[in-house]
Amino acid sequence: MRFVDEFRDAEKAQVLSGQIAALCEPGRHYSFMEVCGGHTHTIYKHGLEDYLPESVSLVHGPGCPVCVIPMGRLDDAIYISEQPDVIMTSFGDMMRVPGGKGSFFDSKAKGADIRMVYSPLDSLKIARANPDKKVVFMAIGFETTAPSTAMTVLRAAADGLENFSIFCNHVTIIPAIKAILDSPDMRLDGFLGPGHVSTVIGCKPYEFIARDHHKPLVCAGFEPLDILASIYQLMVQLRDGRCEVENQYTRVVPWDGNLKALQVINEVMELRPYFEWRGLGFISHSALKVREEYAKFDAEEIFKIPGIRVADPKACQCGEVLKGVIKPWECKVFGTACTPETPIGTCMVSPEGACAAYYNFGRFTRERVKEATRA
Amino acid sequence: MCLGIPGEVIELLDRPDLAKVNVSGVRRAINIGLLENENVQPGDWILIHVGFALSKIDEDEAAAALAFLEGIGTAYTDELDALAESNIE
Amino acid sequence: MSGEQVTHPGDTDQRSADWAEEAVRDAASHEDPELAQYALGGQTLSLEEQVLARIDRQRRRKAKIKEERITLAHGAGGKATHTLIDALFLESFRNPVLEAMEDQATLTVGGARLAFTTDSFVVHPLFFPGGNIGDLAVNGTVNDLAVGGARPLYLSAGFILEEGFPVADLQQIADSMAVAAAVAGVQIVTGDTKVVERGQCDGVYINTAGIGVIERDITLGAGTVKPGDSVLVSGPIGDHGVTVMLARGELDIESDIESDTAPLAELIGVLLDATTGVRVMRDATRGGVATILNEVARASNVAIVVDEKAVPTREEVRGASEILGIDPLYVACEGRLVIVVDGAETAAALAALRSHPLGEGAAVIGAVKDDPPTLVLLKTEFGGTRIVDMLVGDPLPRIC
Repeated sequence: MRFVDEFRDAEKAQVLSGQIAALCEPGRHYSFMEVCGGHTHTIYKHGLEDYLPESVSLVHGPGCPVCVIPMGRLDDAIYISEQPDVIMTSFGDMMRVPGGKGSFFDSKAKGADIRMVYSPLDSLKIARANPDKKVVFMAIGFETTAPSTAMTVLRAAADGLENFSIFCNHVTIIPAIKAILDSPDMRLDGFLGPGHVSTVIGCKPYEFIARDHHKPLVCAGFEPLDILASIYQLMVQLRDGRCEVENQYTRVVPWDGNLKALQVINEVMELRPYFEWRGLGFISHSALKVREEYAKFDAEEIFKIPGIRVADPKACQCGEVLKGVIKPWECKVFGTACTPETPIGTCMVSPEGACAAYYNFGRFTRERVKEATRA
Repeated sequence: MCLGIPGEVIELLDRPDLAKVNVSGVRRAINIGLLENENVQPGDWILIHVGFALSKIDEDEAAAALAFLEGIGTAYTDELDALAESNIE
Repeated sequence: MSGEQVTHPGDTDQRSADWAEEAVRDAASHEDPELAQYALGGQTLSLEEQVLARIDRQRRRKAKIKEERITLAHGAGGKATHTLIDALFLESFRNPVLEAMEDQATLTVGGARLAFTTDSFVVHPLFFPGGNIGDLAVNGTVNDLAVGGARPLYLSAGFILEEGFPVADLQQIADSMAVAAAVAGVQIVTGDTKVVERGQCDGVYINTAGIGVIERDITLGAGTVKPGDSVLVSGPIGDHGVTVMLARGELDIESDIESDTAPLAELIGVLLDATTGVRVMRDATRGGVATILNEVARASNVAIVVDEKAVPTREEVRGASEILGIDPLYVACEGRLVIVVDGAETAAALAALRSHPLGEGAAVIGAVKDDPPTLVLLKTEFGGTRIVDMLVGDPLPRIC
C-alpha cells in the first residue's frame, strides 16, 4: 500500500534505531508520551519497542476515545438504546466496552436494537430507511472524528430528518494533555503529538507545551517509521536543549489544520463546562455538546438520561498508568481481575489502551522473546 | 479508533461532496466535504477516517520525509565507514 | 485552568460497578501469597516475570461464563466461544473422545477408524462472491473430516427454512451442494427439513454432519507438536471472511475478492502421500489462523513464532482489513489449511502442497520453539516482535 509500506521498512528502522541510541546521554533516562491510542496500537502491533534503547521508554497516553468514556456515560447510552422504538448505532470499537451494568453487546442480547456502523453517515442511512424509529448515533472521538459527526448532523438538518440524533461524547485533546502536564507526579521528557487529531486542529494548539511547560512535541504519523523518526526528532531537540513543536507528519498535517473541519465542529457543537474522563477524572472544557440550535438532533435533550456516575474500582490504577507513573503490568489488578475480556479500567478497554496493548501484544519479557525469534 | 487510511481518488461522484476512493484494490464512496477548498481530483491521495476525507496527502512532503530518513541513513553509514577506516589505519 | 476546583454533580450522585468489584475480589481470592518464591530456571523471578506468571495462572483457571445471556461474541470463535464450550458443553457432555477437542471425533467401530463431525451454517448473506451457504455447508464438513486424516464418505444435511423463502434460491443452494459433494467425492445420504415462521430464521440455516474413514496409520492432533516443527498455510488468508463482510453491503465497500471456499480432502491426500511428518492440520475458519496457532501452542505447550512477511495475504484483503481496523490473521478462511510438520519434512510438505491447484499459494509461515510455552509470537514485517493472542470478542458479522 502506498504511503504505508514505505514507512514500514525494517532497514531504515535499524538505522534510525542506531541514531536514537547514539543520541542517548549515558546515565540519562528518556520518557516520551504518545498521546494517541492509534500510536499505542502501532507501537505494539509492529513491535516497535524492539528498536528503542533501554534508556528510552514510551508512556501510553489518554488518547483512546473509546477508553476515556466513563462507565456512567455508557450506562446512559444503554439506557437510550432500551427506550421504545430506538435504534442505537455505534462504531464497532464501542460494542464490547462494559459500563456499570454491562455492554452494548449485553444490551443487544437482551433485545435492544444496536447496530454497528462504519461511518456516522451510515446511521443517517438507517434513519432514512426506518422513519418510524428513533435512530441515535453514539458519537465518540477526538477532533479527528467530531467533524464527521458534525457534517452528519448538518446533512440531517439539510434533509429535514426528524428521527435522527446523536449522543455526543466527543472530547478534545488539549485539556487532557494539560491535565497530565499539571499533574505533580508527571515525569515526561516530551510528547509524540496525535497526528490525526492534528489534521483538524493543526500544530499551533500544542505551542503552550513548549512555551509554558518546556517540553518538546513532535506531531507524528502512524506508521512505525513515522514514530521512530519522531522519537529521533525529540532526542535531537533534547540534545540541542530546544523545546519546540515540530511536525513530522507533514504529508498529512497542515500546520494550521483543516479550517473547514474546525468551522463545521463549531457550527454544530460547543464546549461543555466539564466532562469526566475515565482514569483522569473531571477536566474543564474538555468535551463537546450539541449547540442549542441543533437541539433536536441532541439525544441528551430528547431522552431523559439518568446521568449517574459510576466509579472505577479502587484497585484500578489507570490514572497512574496514563501519567507514566507506573507500567501497565505494575498495576495490582493487571491481567488478573482486569483483562481484555473483563476490563475494569480504561486502559484495558480497547486494543488501543495501554494495558490492553501490553496484554495482547507484549505480555512477555523481551529477553525470552528475542531468544525465541532468533533465526 | 483514530484510524486514518490513505486512499486514491479514482472518480468524482454525482454529488459534489462524494468521491470514489481506492484502498489497495477495494473501493468505497468517501465524503470529501471537509476538503471543499482543496479541489480534490482523481489521482489525488486522501486520508480517510470513518467515511470522510480529513486531509489531502501531500506527495512531495511524503517524499521529503523518506528523503530525511535516507539522509539520516547516509550520515549513519558514512560514520560507520569512517569508523571502519579509522580501525584499519 | 489547573488547580481549578469545580463541584460536579457526579461527585455525590455515584455508584460502583458491581461486576467490576466482584472481579477484583474474585481475582484476589485466587492470588498466591507464595508467588515471589516461584523460580524459573533456578533464578528468582523479576517483578515483571512474577506478574506474567500470575497472569498465566489466571488464564489456566477453569473457564467460567461471566455473561448472563449469550452474546454474538460467544459465536465468534475466540475466547468467549472457547469459554462457552469448555464451561458449558464440555462440562455437560464430558467423555474421552470429546475431550480431544479436535475438529472431528475419532472413533473405532468394528475395527475401522472413523472420523465424525458436524457443523452448522448461518452465513449472512446466503449468496456471496465465490459461493453460497450450500458450498460452505458441504466443504466445511468435508474439511473438518479431512484435516483429521480421514477420507470423507457420507454427509447428512439438515435444513431450517424460513416461511416465504424463495424455492428458486433453495434450488440454487441444493445444486451448489450437489456439485460441491461431487467434487469432494462424498454423498449426501440423509437429511431433514424444518420450516419456521417468518422472522424466526434468516432464510435458511443448514446443518451438515459427516463420516469419513481413516485409512492411514497416522495420529494427528494439536497436542503432538514439537519444537523444531514448521508451520505452513496452504494459500492466502482471510479471503472468505472479508468477502462475506463486504457482501453484506452495509460497509458499502466494493471489491473483487472472492470466497476461498473449497474442499480440501484431495489436497490433504497429496500432502499425506508426500510426507509422514504432518503433526496437525486445521482449516482456518472462525477466528482465523491466529486462533488455530494459539490452540496448538497451548495443546502442545510450545511457542510458535510466525514471520509476518511470510504470511500470504492478498492486497485487497489487506486493504479491507486496514479500512476496518482488523487483522487478517483473525479473519476466517473456508478453504485454507494450517499445517504443522516435522521440521525435516518442511520442503517435502511445501512442494506437495504447491503441486495441487488449491495449494499453489502455500507458504512456510513460522516455526515451533520451546519457550515461552503456550504463546504465539509474531516477528513483524517491520522487524519487531509481539504476541498474537486469541481473539477477544468479535464485532464482526456472521461469516459461516
